[in-house]
Amino acid sequence: MTVPKNQPSPRALAWRRRGAAFTAGWREFAKQRAGLVGLGLLAVIVLLAILAPVITDREGLDVTKATGDRMESPSWEFLLGTDRPGRSVLLLTLWSARISLTVGFVATLLSVAIGTIIGILAAHYGRWVSAGLMRITDFFLVLPSLVLAIALSTVLERGIGTIILAIGLTSWPSAARLVRAQTLTIEARPYIERARALGGGHFHVISKHVLPAVLPLVFVNTTLAVGSAIVAESTLSFLGLGDPDPMRPSWGSMLRSAWLDSAIIAGAWWYLLPPGIAIGIVVLAFTMCGRALESVLNPRLREG
Amino acid sequence: MSDILTPTEEALAEAPPPTRGGGALRYVLTKIGGGLVSFALVIVLGFLLFRALPGDVVATMFRGRPATPEMIANLKHQYGLDLPLWQQFVNYVGDLLRGDLGDSYVYRVPVWQKIEERFWPTVLLVGVSTLISVALGLWMGTRSGWRRGSRFDRISTGVALALWSTPTFWLGMLLLAATTGLFPTAGIVYSDTPPDFFSQALDIAHHMVLPTITMVAVTYAQYQLVMRSSLIEEMGADYLTTARAKGLRDDEVRRKHAVPNALLPTVTLVFLHLGFVIAGAISVETVFSWPGLGRLTYDALRVGDLPLLQGTFVVLAGAVIVMNVFADLLYRVLDPRVRAA
Repeated sequence: MTVPKNQPSPRALAWRRRGAAFTAGWREFAKQRAGLVGLGLLAVIVLLAILAPVITDREGLDVTKATGDRMESPSWEFLLGTDRPGRSVLLLTLWSARISLTVGFVATLLSVAIGTIIGILAAHYGRWVSAGLMRITDFFLVLPSLVLAIALSTVLERGIGTIILAIGLTSWPSAARLVRAQTLTIEARPYIERARALGGGHFHVISKHVLPAVLPLVFVNTTLAVGSAIVAESTLSFLGLGDPDPMRPSWGSMLRSAWLDSAIIAGAWWYLLPPGIAIGIVVLAFTMCGRALESVLNPRLREG
Repeated sequence: MSDILTPTEEALAEAPPPTRGGGALRYVLTKIGGGLVSFALVIVLGFLLFRALPGDVVATMFRGRPATPEMIANLKHQYGLDLPLWQQFVNYVGDLLRGDLGDSYVYRVPVWQKIEERFWPTVLLVGVSTLISVALGLWMGTRSGWRRGSRFDRISTGVALALWSTPTFWLGMLLLAATTGLFPTAGIVYSDTPPDFFSQALDIAHHMVLPTITMVAVTYAQYQLVMRSSLIEEMGADYLTTARAKGLRDDEVRRKHAVPNALLPTVTLVFLHLGFVIAGAISVETVFSWPGLGRLTYDALRVGDLPLLQGTFVVLAGAVIVMNVFADLLYRVLDPRVRAA
């Protein structure tokens, strides 16, 4: 079969359709002020985290080279005061963003990937595969994930990799349920039957038809889950399961130091507030973006 | 945790499918059987995590301390770690069935004894704060969902989202910093309180104020958000129009028709998210040194006391599973549609 010269190829057509869908989605997203505010906040924070090595000096994180006094209150030299060894809290907060955001992103990707695979397989193969997989999913869904994550990161060597693994391996069940439900509705549609009738195998149907249709939902779920992963990271680090290296702080480990250094009794609010507020802002921004995206996909959620 | 924002899909998936025949007894047996299978999985997982993972258990126990090869071999023998893996598993399950969770490495007492003395403080804290946060969340969610877009809705949803975004332990630390001197900062009761019931209860209540506020602040938000969106889903339903057409006042339509229906998915979620509450309890108990299972978990992980950690894992996970079976049974009583099927 040859394609007439002035007619675009099927691939180009598909891309044009995707482009149009994206533009329409973006227009809907841009109507929501909260979503835009969240996106703007995230852009600024991610940019600051990426540029941290350019605009600041990493040497300032070294405890032995700290220039400030012990828990100094904010001044022009240290805008947010210093911690117990005399490091700038502003510098620490900025550098912590790198670890906290990385762990949040990677752990969420891991968890959403596991959830998507299990959800699609459970819905596509049905019968006992589905029964077995969903039994496991339900089990992990009710299991207190923090307890499981604590157990995992106690037994494995402490570090960023372990924390990512602990969060990723314990937070996938809700994604799996969501993806399974969505896959079931998609597999019931006629175009899947057509693909099967034309001889499409399992792999073809899943990768060419089911996956593209499920991905928008997965994307929304990812956006909403990053916030939870960042909070989970801070909790695990607070409990002392994070990276012990002081040159690689995260917001959670900063709060742990503040707690262990009795910043509460010393009244060192400049040591206590910045990491927590940073977590709050980032999580809120992800939630606002996620909710805006959710209403792009689900018109029922739209206001008015 | 992200699933709190899409309550209906999850609640639908959770709803027990209508059974044909068989009836109540079969339903109850299925649910209890499912709970037993889950509990068996917890026991296996507890073994896999603490014995079979590549990390060296004994090395974790000696973390940071010098140990001679003889000491390590001794300890391995004492805890039965030199046996083949399958033998260890058989011993572990056998001990567990006899109610023996092994001995704590640090406290030198049976793990079970330690868990028993820490169990009730946690039940007290989690129970009281769950009751308060469910009541608060349902009330706020109903009010904001019924008048969607009102000022109350916008402000309370914003506050709920903000509180939900904050790490539990940080909120606890802020409360401690903000109320210095007003409330006790640690423990459950002062040692010099008179032993009579009234003084003891008052002192415990005094100690409980801050931990409870922290727990409520981070958990009520999800109940509110779920109740709100669940009520909004019901808003367009025909039976509400019928109720209004009958001439019922707005208040009655809400109280007698909309809320009972919106309540069902929310109640299931309250139980489904108990794991989240337990996570909150671990942070809160750690910050306020509340002598419960959460603090015990923290102490165990701080010193690498693996038998104790294994014990708290099995007990906390088991408790959540029991509560979920209970929720499934309760759901049947609450939902007339499921009851009739």
